[in-house]
Amino acid sequence: MATVPLSHALLLSAALFAIGLAGVITRRNMILVLLSAEIMLNAAGLAFVAAGSRWLAPDGQIMFLFILTTAAVEVSIGLALVLRQNHLAKSLDIDAAGSMKG
Amino acid sequence: MLNCLWIVIALPLAGFALLALAGSRMPGRLCALVGAGTVGISAALALAMGVSFAVSPPEGRQFTQTLWSWMSVPPFSPEVSLRLDPLSLVSVCVILVVAFLIMLYSSEFMSGDEGYSRFFSYMDLFVAAMLVLVLANDLVFLYLGWEGVGLCSFLLIGFWYKVPKNVVAARKAFLVTRVGDAALLAGIFLVVNKLGTLSIPEVLSRAAVSWPANSGAANAAAALFAVGAAAKSAQIPLHVWLPDAMAGPSPVSALIHAATMVTAGVYLVARLHPLFTLSPQVLFGVAIVGAVTLLAAGLAALAQRDIKRILAYSTMSQIGYMFLALGVGAFSAAEFHFVVHAFFKSLLFLGAGAVIRGLNQEHDIFKMGGLRRAMPGTFWTFAIGVCSLCALPLVTAGFYSKDLILSSALAAHQGGIWLWLAGVIGAFITTLYAFRMLFAVFFGEVRTQVSKGSGRNMTLALVVLSLFSVIAGFCQMPSGLGGVSLFADFLAPTLPQVREGVGRLQGSLSLVAAIVPLVGIMVAWTMYLHRPRFLQGYARLPALAAVHGFAKQGFGFDALYDYCFVKPVVYLSRVNRRDVSIAYVGAISRVAEALHYLLSMTQTGRVRWYAAGVGIGAVVLIGIGVLL
Repeated sequence: MATVPLSHALLLSAALFAIGLAGVITRRNMILVLLSAEIMLNAAGLAFVAAGSRWLAPDGQIMFLFILTTAAVEVSIGLALVLRQNHLAKSLDIDAAGSMKG
Repeated sequence: MLNCLWIVIALPLAGFALLALAGSRMPGRLCALVGAGTVGISAALALAMGVSFAVSPPEGRQFTQTLWSWMSVPPFSPEVSLRLDPLSLVSVCVILVVAFLIMLYSSEFMSGDEGYSRFFSYMDLFVAAMLVLVLANDLVFLYLGWEGVGLCSFLLIGFWYKVPKNVVAARKAFLVTRVGDAALLAGIFLVVNKLGTLSIPEVLSRAAVSWPANSGAANAAAALFAVGAAAKSAQIPLHVWLPDAMAGPSPVSALIHAATMVTAGVYLVARLHPLFTLSPQVLFGVAIVGAVTLLAAGLAALAQRDIKRILAYSTMSQIGYMFLALGVGAFSAAEFHFVVHAFFKSLLFLGAGAVIRGLNQEHDIFKMGGLRRAMPGTFWTFAIGVCSLCALPLVTAGFYSKDLILSSALAAHQGGIWLWLAGVIGAFITTLYAFRMLFAVFFGEVRTQVSKGSGRNMTLALVVLSLFSVIAGFCQMPSGLGGVSLFADFLAPTLPQVREGVGRLQGSLSLVAAIVPLVGIMVAWTMYLHRPRFLQGYARLPALAAVHGFAKQGFGFDALYDYCFVKPVVYLSRVNRRDVSIAYVGAISRVAEALHYLLSMTQTGRVRWYAAGVGIGAVVLIGIGVLL
């Protein structure tokens, strides 16, 4: 079975990360920003898994489990914030949060 | 006996400390007792030491007492060290005796003043500082005394500080003498730098060895010390503070601005005379300054109406004589005139104080008059003072001291006859202004009634001082009149003998100098008492009135200094109202503020911007990591 070279996996990971970052920067809808952040987290996870399989070490997959947990926490907090923000600003526009600038 | 030397200084200092700390809670009589008592005990001690010094002189006719070392950073290692030799002994005795008599007088004169204890505490501090100045064996210690008397002069001129004029006068005195103090300090620096010592005898002996006569260093040091002396002794051109200093109480004028502090310059030059003899040019300059001052101040005194200003100009003029004597190398003649002047000029100031007090603070001599009958005690003692000031031949002390100065001026190497002539003309002017004052105050019709007579203490001080003004001269008589020279012989270990001119010319010129005061008295009598109309006719001429006004203003020195120094400073400070240095300091804060503003602009509050910032930052950091 032919193995996928590490470089391909890393390129895919970098592309996903870039897409996620672009989404975070350009999207105004809060839910889509959270979604883009998820994509970035998964891009990082993919890089870990690929690196772990390259060196035949389990650490990469353990790291992915951590990231999964972090992502779950992030989404729960993030959605709570979205709800509060929606309650306050009556909109999901993330720039409306600029009114909190001190 | 001589080991008690430090107590002489410590007593007035202790009196000052006691009065300063507890004086306001002490009754007035106790304040006077502490103030005058400490000085009195010091005076008795000094006189006893003088007797013991004369009877059994210490080795080398000098006594040095080193109390402790001030600090030691070689070559700068000043010591708190006292030196008793004939010169300082005479000065100490005169200072303490005069100071005690003046304190005695003040105990009555100042009674009822709200600053009674303050007055005595300042006077005690002054006496202590003056003794430090006179007894110091070390230039830095001497400088301490020098500044100490300046401080007390400032405090006492502005004693009645609620009147703004007095405070201005005090400030002026302080600032003008500061010019001289700076020169003195520069001189001390020069000496310690070039000679590597501060002890006065060491300085003098090393200077004689390592500085050739007329060398640049000797000239510079002597010139700097001379400027310091001239400012302290109110010599032209640094004299402007003295007439205004009369704002202080009369006993202060008598003690500080007539008898002691203003003669500190004379003492300094006498003390450092080997240094000055290395520089004949500076010494000649001192003589010229003295001659010019004695003439100009005499003329200015002739135009004054305020009795204390007359006496102030008279003091300048008499110190001019001392400078003249110093300049021609007759150091002991200067010291002799200092002694005699201390007696008769403090007598005159105290007499003037009694008159001013008696007439309810009247200073104008032409509003006084006819006080001969109302205040006989003051009149007779004041008249004795005036006669001594005018050097009335044979009977007064002033005659013998002035004669010594004039005959030694005649024997000078350089311009002797001109200096002598200036001295004789000065003596004539002295007689005119002194008798003008005497006639205006005590003769003629009564213009103001006496409201307050003088009591026992004041009269006692006046009588004792008038006694000294007569007999102090008999210890030094010219060779034509018995040839007594006790004073000069006593000072001989410290100061060189006076070189008197000899010969027939000398004798006849001495006779001229002796007759001049008599002529002056006759002229004054004619002009001011017998035919006052004669003078009033001339006074209306515009040219003479202008000259009179010019002399009354002290020959415009005040206006000149106002124009040269005060106005430019005021102008500059007006230009620099928004302080340049503050603008510089402000610039720092403004830059910080601008940077803060720039940074705060990044805090937009937009999460997407922050995300972009984090991303760009990460790229930049990784880029740096990869590239480096």
